[in-house]
Amino acid sequence: MRRLRAWLLRFKGIFLKDTRERDLADELESHLQLHIDDNIRAGMSEHEARRIAMMKLGGLDQAKEAYRDRATIPFLESIAQDLRFTLRQLRKNPAFTITAIVMIALGISASVAIFAFVDAALIKPLPYRDPSRLILATETTPQIPQANLSYPDYLDWKKLNRVFESLDVYGQRGHVLSTSEGMEKIIGARVSDGFFRTLGVTPVIGRDFFTGEDLPQAPNTMILSYASWQKRFGAKQEIIGQSIIVDEIPFLVVGVLPQNFHFAPVEDAEFWTTLHPGGGCFLRRSCHSLRGVARLKTGVSLAAALDDVTRIAKELEVQYPDSNRNQGATVAPLSQLIVGDAKPVLLLLLGGAGLLLLIACINVASLLLVRSETRRRELSVRRALGATRARLVRQFVIEGLVIVVVGGVAGLITSHWAMKILFGLIPADMMAGMPYLNNLGLNVRVLMFAFAIAAFATALFSLTPAFRLATLDVREGMAEGGRGAAGKVWTRIGSKLVVLELTTAMVLLVGAGLLGKSFYRLLQVSAGFEAKNLITMRVSAPSAYGKDEDTIALGRKVVSEIENLPGVTSVALAHTLPLSFNGNTDWIRFVGRAYNGEHNEVNERQVSSDYFATLQAKLLRGRTFTDFEDLSKPRVVLINQALAKKYFPGEDPIGQRIGDTDLSPSSIKEIIGVVDDIREGPLDSEIWPAEYYPFNQSPDTDFSVIVRTSQGEESLIPTVSEAIRKIDSRINVSNQTTMTQKASNAPTVYLRRSSTWLVAGFAAVALLLGIVGLYGVIAYSVSQRTREIGVRIALGAQRGTVYRLILKEASLLALTGIVIGIACAILAATFMRKLLFGTPPWDITTLVCVALVLGVSALLASFLPARRAASVDPISALRAE
Amino acid sequence: MSTKNEIWQGTLALMILKTLDSLGPLHGYGVARRIEQISGDRLSLNYGTLYPALLKLEQEGWITSEWGTSENNRKAKYYKLTRAGRKQLAIEEKEWNQTTAIVARFFKPVEEQS
Repeated sequence: MRRLRAWLLRFKGIFLKDTRERDLADELESHLQLHIDDNIRAGMSEHEARRIAMMKLGGLDQAKEAYRDRATIPFLESIAQDLRFTLRQLRKNPAFTITAIVMIALGISASVAIFAFVDAALIKPLPYRDPSRLILATETTPQIPQANLSYPDYLDWKKLNRVFESLDVYGQRGHVLSTSEGMEKIIGARVSDGFFRTLGVTPVIGRDFFTGEDLPQAPNTMILSYASWQKRFGAKQEIIGQSIIVDEIPFLVVGVLPQNFHFAPVEDAEFWTTLHPGGGCFLRRSCHSLRGVARLKTGVSLAAALDDVTRIAKELEVQYPDSNRNQGATVAPLSQLIVGDAKPVLLLLLGGAGLLLLIACINVASLLLVRSETRRRELSVRRALGATRARLVRQFVIEGLVIVVVGGVAGLITSHWAMKILFGLIPADMMAGMPYLNNLGLNVRVLMFAFAIAAFATALFSLTPAFRLATLDVREGMAEGGRGAAGKVWTRIGSKLVVLELTTAMVLLVGAGLLGKSFYRLLQVSAGFEAKNLITMRVSAPSAYGKDEDTIALGRKVVSEIENLPGVTSVALAHTLPLSFNGNTDWIRFVGRAYNGEHNEVNERQVSSDYFATLQAKLLRGRTFTDFEDLSKPRVVLINQALAKKYFPGEDPIGQRIGDTDLSPSSIKEIIGVVDDIREGPLDSEIWPAEYYPFNQSPDTDFSVIVRTSQGEESLIPTVSEAIRKIDSRINVSNQTTMTQKASNAPTVYLRRSSTWLVAGFAAVALLLGIVGLYGVIAYSVSQRTREIGVRIALGAQRGTVYRLILKEASLLALTGIVIGIACAILAATFMRKLLFGTPPWDITTLVCVALVLGVSALLASFLPARRAASVDPISALRAE
Repeated sequence: MSTKNEIWQGTLALMILKTLDSLGPLHGYGVARRIEQISGDRLSLNYGTLYPALLKLEQEGWITSEWGTSENNRKAKYYKLTRAGRKQLAIEEKEWNQTTAIVARFFKPVEEQS
């Protein structure tokens, strides 16, 4: 306690310097007076008395010094001195200070902002109990690596597995909610009874589903999402126990989920109901509509879980060969399911931001180095006056610290804005799939990351000049205009730093180039139809239209109403829009061919008669179906070229017949035409074999409308929506967009576009910083060699020779940077191979272009100092020293 | 040199406390003279070293200081023992006695041992 009190007083003493000094001076003065008085009384002369008193007191300054050391904490006191000195130095040199701080702020804000995204997506634990033991468990097919699970298979998995504490399933679907403003389409999820218990989530109010509440005879109950409870029901507690009409069926609300709960695979589902496996799909082992989420038993590894589910899948394959042939099983950490495609992109961006930070740090370090060079005399003088090496190093540490602290604070503030801007740029429907980004921000982990960066930067900034200090020769440093080995030492370190900068810039540039080219390639991909001037929207009709004839009539009505609108050229209907996904597949079997139970999996699409004409897809052979081909007519089908090539090589498919795996009579269809491949999945996916049935032979009350317009499609969206609603106000119209928007907002396109732009931005800044760094080194080297150049010119060297001299130095550095950079870039690009599309990591055009850009900019940057060197006036250069 | 100084520092603090204890409030010069007198002028004190020691004692809370006037009308800073200082002095006095007693035994003739 006493110790602490003394230390606190000493700490306080640092700030009370003036009062204390005066007090001590007064006290010593009074001491002397008292002593002199005594001495005079003892009979000394006044002069003698003073002399003796002074002598006895000892060295006055030593006494004061000892007192001062005791009054404060000398270490801190001198740090405060260093700090004041540093601030004075930095103020005196604003150009340096501002440049250094801006660079640090830039580097820190970019990397912290990106890290915050990485943290929200990959580091922050998911809002479930013990999330590391949660996995996705589902089936696979030869075509689909993560397919859905069928309900009967789920029940068997649940019974037969030995590795799961619990296994539950979820499925997503759109629902129609009747609200005061008419019918509204909202997203809901259905789950098995124990789903939330498996995740370890408890509702904030109300209760979880009971065991057995997911059986067919159980009453209809639902749990609301927190957001939906707030938005639709005014966050009223009384909602529990009330009924909500969804899809024309009343559901009893039993609970509300916690605010921080999210489950990305079902996007922002507003409510959760239980499965209620009534019939249809739930009874068929071949109907895959669910996905499993399991909690592993303690000590069970992912590999062991995979072995176990694979074993079950094999058993089921033997037991039910018809439906389960080639149905494998797969498991994956739940976090992978939730973060999905964003992970490699985020890591790529973090890498890019890291490189940018590195280059910014190196740039500041070399600026500091130049400064320490110009301060050689000051340092030598201080050293000669007795400053220890440690004291001088401390000076550098404090300088580095001041720059990093100011730059870091500025960087943190700008990173906050950067995060907001980046967040705002994410389109809403992308955002729905990434709910974990909602708690983005400067949390403890992000701040710790920022702190770690700052510590690294400080170490770098204080060590570089300190390292330089080791080579400081005091005598030489003090000599007027002295310049010996020291300048060369600096040029050596400085040029190494520049090579490192150029290498880093090269890596970023190549990365940006490769991503840009991949993105360009992606946009070049043919969708198989003309995407311009197309409107799409989703129509959900109430169950009143449930009978097939009524649905078909409604479809015809919708088409004819829209067709009559001005500006519309044609209209088509489809269950699933192109550019959505590969999936919703069918297993087909060919009439008249041997069959041994294999699953010929093809995309199954139901489209209206004008579909191909509206999309302007190319019909290769045969004919398309007509509007009259409904359920009363023989069943027909169109196939795409991929299907024709795969299953009818060298054969004419027209007139062939296909059916389901049993070839049941009602499933037999005749192939009447072949269309060119239309991309059903995202642009970067493969083309799967596909079959197209007439809408009128498999009608559904839930379908998409595709409208081709003569021009300005976007302005027609409200008119078209209105025309549909006018048919029946109970019809819900949603997801209105244009095909081009749908294409450019598709996750794969969006992720590529945004990462390309961000990395390109990083690369541009890196290029600028690298070039500035190169300019700095060359300019400094020229200023150091002014005298030498003067002598050369005086001895008859041509200006051209001087140019060559300087440019040679610069191009050597640039070339080294470019060559090492290319090697590193290829290495880095192989890591991001997954993100490249149609472009190899060693893509030669990209490498050459980037090398040219960097080379030319390097030459431009060194041209200025070279010109200065060539225009050196030999007389003044020689006289200057 | 430095080790000698350290020992001196410790004992100096003790002497200061004892002086203030027996004489009451006193200025730095007075403390210095008193220490010299008690030691029978055998200790030659460098008066300058007194002040950091006084400051240290004050920071630790054993003594307090206040400006006042001396008997011959000079302004002077007076030091006074606090209650905590008095307790501390008692403790240190005891410790000092113990230490010196132990050290003294080492210098006694060792006849009993053999």
